[in-house]
Parts: sequence; structure tokens; C-alpha cells
Amino acid sequence: MNWRGNALKFCNVAGLPLLEPFIRLAAGEDVKEQFKSISKFILLPIAAIAMFLFLWHAASKTVVTDSMQLPSPSDTWKAGKELFAMHTAQRAADREQKQEKIAEAVMFLAKANKLTAKAEAASGERKETLLANALVLKKKAVQAANYKPTSAPTFVDQIFTSLKTVFVGFVIATLIAVPVGVLCGMSPWCNAALTPFIQIFKPVSPLAWLPLAFLVIVWAYSGSKPGETLFEKAFLISAVTVSLCSLWPTLVNTTLGVASVDKDYMNVARVLKLSWSQQLFKIILPASLPLMFAGLRISLGVGWMVLIAADMLAQNPGLGKFVWDEFQNGSSQTYARIAFSVIIIGVIGLLLDRVMIFLRNLVSFGNPQAA
Amino acid sequence: MSTVVLDRARPKSVARPVAPEPLIAMRNVCKGYGSGVTRNEVLTNINLNLRQGEFLAVVGFSGSGKTTLTKLLAGLETPDSGEIVMENKVITEPSQERGIVFQNYSLLPWLTVRGNVALSVDRVFRHWSKAQRREHTDKFIEMVGLSHAVHRRPHELSGGMRQRVSLARTLAMKPKVLLLDEPLSALDALTRATLQDEILKIWEEERQTCLLITNDVDEAILLADRIVPLNPGPKASLGPAFTVELDRPRSKTELNHNETFKGLRNAITNYLVAVRQKSREDQALASEQRPVELPDLQPRSLALPRKAILNSTI
Repeated sequence: MNWRGNALKFCNVAGLPLLEPFIRLAAGEDVKEQFKSISKFILLPIAAIAMFLFLWHAASKTVVTDSMQLPSPSDTWKAGKELFAMHTAQRAADREQKQEKIAEAVMFLAKANKLTAKAEAASGERKETLLANALVLKKKAVQAANYKPTSAPTFVDQIFTSLKTVFVGFVIATLIAVPVGVLCGMSPWCNAALTPFIQIFKPVSPLAWLPLAFLVIVWAYSGSKPGETLFEKAFLISAVTVSLCSLWPTLVNTTLGVASVDKDYMNVARVLKLSWSQQLFKIILPASLPLMFAGLRISLGVGWMVLIAADMLAQNPGLGKFVWDEFQNGSSQTYARIAFSVIIIGVIGLLLDRVMIFLRNLVSFGNPQAA
Repeated sequence: MSTVVLDRARPKSVARPVAPEPLIAMRNVCKGYGSGVTRNEVLTNINLNLRQGEFLAVVGFSGSGKTTLTKLLAGLETPDSGEIVMENKVITEPSQERGIVFQNYSLLPWLTVRGNVALSVDRVFRHWSKAQRREHTDKFIEMVGLSHAVHRRPHELSGGMRQRVSLARTLAMKPKVLLLDEPLSALDALTRATLQDEILKIWEEERQTCLLITNDVDEAILLADRIVPLNPGPKASLGPAFTVELDRPRSKTELNHNETFKGLRNAITNYLVAVRQKSREDQALASEQRPVELPDLQPRSLALPRKAILNSTI
């Protein structure tokens, strides 16, 4: 196939119909037809966004109280730029400090080496004192080299914390939901046994789960001191809350996918006398992947939504905590920053969703969907 | 009901050497689905002998239980009564000795053409070396003329190409019996004709025992040695066998002018139509419901001007 076919196929699988007219234009197809697509997928949304910005601007002039004001689009944009500028400044400062510390470490090491050399020449008690001093200096050097800046997390750091949290929560949810879903799909008995749990727990809000997750995590961490454990307490509480809320769509979809594997595929497996594990890995799992990934996509969306609330309550240093802290701060910048983070949360949610659509289309052969 | 087949020698009476032992024998097989009031008898008293090396065709209308018949033979279903015996063993489950080609291809969409064929080769010839299996796979892909498409996935293939892959997958298992369940029904007429020729060619090379289920009388005559009509269901049974006395290799264009072919086609078609007519009459008799008497009505508006119809209140 030529490059154009490949590119169009990619658009199809990646769920990006908005790129299609450009590829066709580049290939020299009918300009008028392509312009129609461009105006539909690009110009129209841009017009809609402009309209929205205008309305937002108008609203920001109206929604004003004594102490607060709805931030205008330009305020929000400024606040956002400032947040990123703060991040870069912080990073630069941290880097400087780190370099200082490293220079310190090198100095200590040089001194220690000198002392060791002197100790070689000396003897008796003096040698031992020198060696002990050298050891102290070496320890100091290691400490300086291992220095980590302890500044408060910036907005960008919080974004990454949030992503990490949602990812860990999502992985936990997947590791639970996929095997249980496969089990339920393969055995109607299992399904009948688990259906009540699924039905009851599925609609529960993250805020209700959180105290219980808190309790369990605190219990699990009761013996350890902070800093000793792999994850922070607040981080785990958020992640577990995310997984508790996001495992249901995957579970339900995996069950459906496994239970509805085409009878004909199973007949093929029976004629070939595939063993149980071969049936599972060569027929059932590949056949149920499209539905499974559709479930994973919903799960990730739910997880991202839940995470913000969980961050707020568990004080996990992510985007939710950022919003909450800003709200409590009440500076002049507060609402502009919150509005900016709302947009960032939305954009990240969108990107996560696109990635999942791409993955799902990769496994649903001959049947890709744009949304 | 007429049982067509030769009265086969029972395994007990080994003393009779004359009757050729059939490869597969169905004896008084009945099959139905559901239970109680929703019980639906599909096949009753099926007796069929499939001889070694023969190409047998079963023709019947859609819905007469053809697919159930293949599933029984393949072992995907078990008969409610009667038994199906292959080489003195009762068939209770599917086996790699009976390859089946499904009507809807049943290709696995996530595997390429080679992947689909290799799935069965790797399973059936586990003890072979990797290179040997690959060679075997490629040989059968080439046999159905798809060497140029080995890396494509089923959704990138046409219906005819998909059925070729399905055929290659089954042939590559080297089954003792090939069961073709309406393999060409979903294809357009032109593709169908090409594939018929190819099946004929492949069969003449291998001379495998083969059972073709079809709804196309011409197709059955072109391919088969013997044709058994399936009387329409419910409670379908087999009709008398027609032997096709046409020399091989057969060619479709020549057959069109062949008197034997024409006669046979008429005989089978007439038989099928007559049986269906009878079955409908039987059903009508069986149902208690009296035929609905239609009221004697005449359209009155024909005589009226157009406008009057539009304005009339109904």
C-alpha cells in the first residue's frame, strides 16, 4: 500500500478523522470536498471555541462579588503562564542548589583523600585519628551528593503526581478486573455469584470509598515510619480509591466480551481440540480484547475523574490538592489558577481517552471506531 | 420415508466381506432442540453411509437441518438417539480426523492468513519441526492461490478469499473426511463458480472422502459422486440417493449441454419441489386452524375521480 493508504489507515485506527482531509489534500484529491471536511472538523470547532471564550469573557464581567470574581479567559491564561514560569524558576533554583551540593561533595572527597594519604605516611594513634576523620568527611560527601531539593511541589510536579496516581490505580484495577471478568465470562456460576457485588458497588461514589480505603491503608502502614515505605500513604489512598471506582467498567465489559465470543470460533477450537489454556489464550482472550479495551477506556476516564476528588480528600499532592489548596488560600490569583487547572485536567483526560481509543482500535481488527 | 443407503454390514456379522465398510455411518439418528412444548425435532431417522474416497452431496432447502447434520457428523453436536460411527468408533466429540469448513468462514480476525492456517497445522502436527510446519502451511496457502496475501488479515480479504483460507485451514489438517457446510452459499455467483472449480481440482488431486452440504443442485451434480436430498424439516429425513454418472474430470461448460446432467438436475429438483409441497400440505393438515376466509371486497374508488379519493374521509 502507498503512503496515503497507510496514513489514512492510521487516522482510522487512531480515531483522528480531522487529519484525513489534510492527507487527501496532500495527495492531490478534490480540494472542494476536502475543504468541506476541514471546515467541519476544524473551522467549526474553532468557531465554537471562540464563541465560548466570548461568552466566558462576558460572564467574567457579570459574575462579581465583593471579594471574588470569575476569572476572564485572559486572566486564566496569565495565571497558567505564571504557574509554568514558577515551575521553571523553581527547577532552576533547585538545580543551582544541587550543583552547590555536588561541589561541596567533591570538596569533601578531596579533603578525605588528602587525609588518607597523610595517614599512609603516619603511624600509630595519629594514623587512626586521620583515618577516622577521613571517614567522617566521606560520609559528609555522600550526604551532599545524595541531596534532594525539598521545595514544595510545583503545578507541573502535581500534574505528574496525578498521572502517576491514576496510572497506579488503573493498573491495580486492571489486574483485578480482567482476571475476575474472564472468570465470570467463562463460568456462568461465577457470574451469578459475583453479580450482586458488581451491581451494588458499581454506583458507589469515590467519596464514600475513601474513608474505608484510608482505614485499610492506615492499618497496612501501622508498623512503618514515613519515608520508609515505597509509596506515600496519601498516594496509596488516592490510588486505591481510583481503582475501586474504575474497576467496574472493565470487569463488566470483560465479562461480556468473554461470554459473547463467537460460537464459530469456539467450534474451531473444539474441532482442533485446543487445550483449555490454548482456548483461553488463542481464542477467547483475543476475541474479547475489543470489548475489554472499551471497558478499560471507560475505566481510565472514570479513574481520572475520581482522582481529582480523591486527591482533595486524601491530600495527595496532585491536581485535586492543588485546586483545594488554592481554594483555601484565597489569594487574588486563586480562581484564575483553578480555572486554568480545570482546563488542564480536561486536556489530560482527553489525551488519556485518545490513547485508549487508539489501543482499542489496534485490537479490534477491521472494525475501528472514531469514538 | 425411504432409506437410501446400502444396508450396511453390522459390525457383528463380520462374515460378509462383500459390503464395503463405510468410513462414516449414521444409523437412525434423531436430533432436536429444546424440551417440552418448545421441543423442535430437526432430524429424524437419518441413515447415511459415507464411503471411503467418495464425494457425497446432501442437497436441501434452507432451514431443513443441513447445518445440524454437519454438526452431528463433526461431533459438535451429539444425536438424541441413534449413533454415528466412524471406523467402528462412535462419534461423541469433535476430532481432527473430520475437518469442517463453515459457511461463514469462522476465520479468526486477529490472525493473518498464515496465522489462521498455522493455528491448525501447529496443533495437528505438533511433533513436526517448526520449518516442516511452516512449509506445510505455505503449501496449502499456495494450493488455494493465496500466496500473495499471507500477511493480510481476514477483514482485508474478499468473501471468496476468506473461504479459500478456511478451506486451506481445514485441508492442511489432513483430515480423513472433509465436511463442507454450505461453503459457497455466502458468495456471489461468479466467485462461487471459480471456487467450485477449485474445490473440484483439489479434490481430484487428493481424492479425499468428502461430504458437501449445499442448496445448489447444479453445484452438487458438478462435484459429487452421489447426491442425497434432505427432505424439508421439521423432522427432516433423507430422500433416495441419486448417483451421478458423469465422467471426471468434469467441466461446467460441457455439463450444460450434457443430457445426463440435465436429466439428473430435473429429477433432483422435481423431487425436492414435490417433497416440499407434500411437507407443506402435511403441515397444513396437521394444524387445526381453518384457513381464513377473505371477505369479498372490491375497490370502489377506481371509478371515482382522483380528487374525490383524496378528499374522502375514511
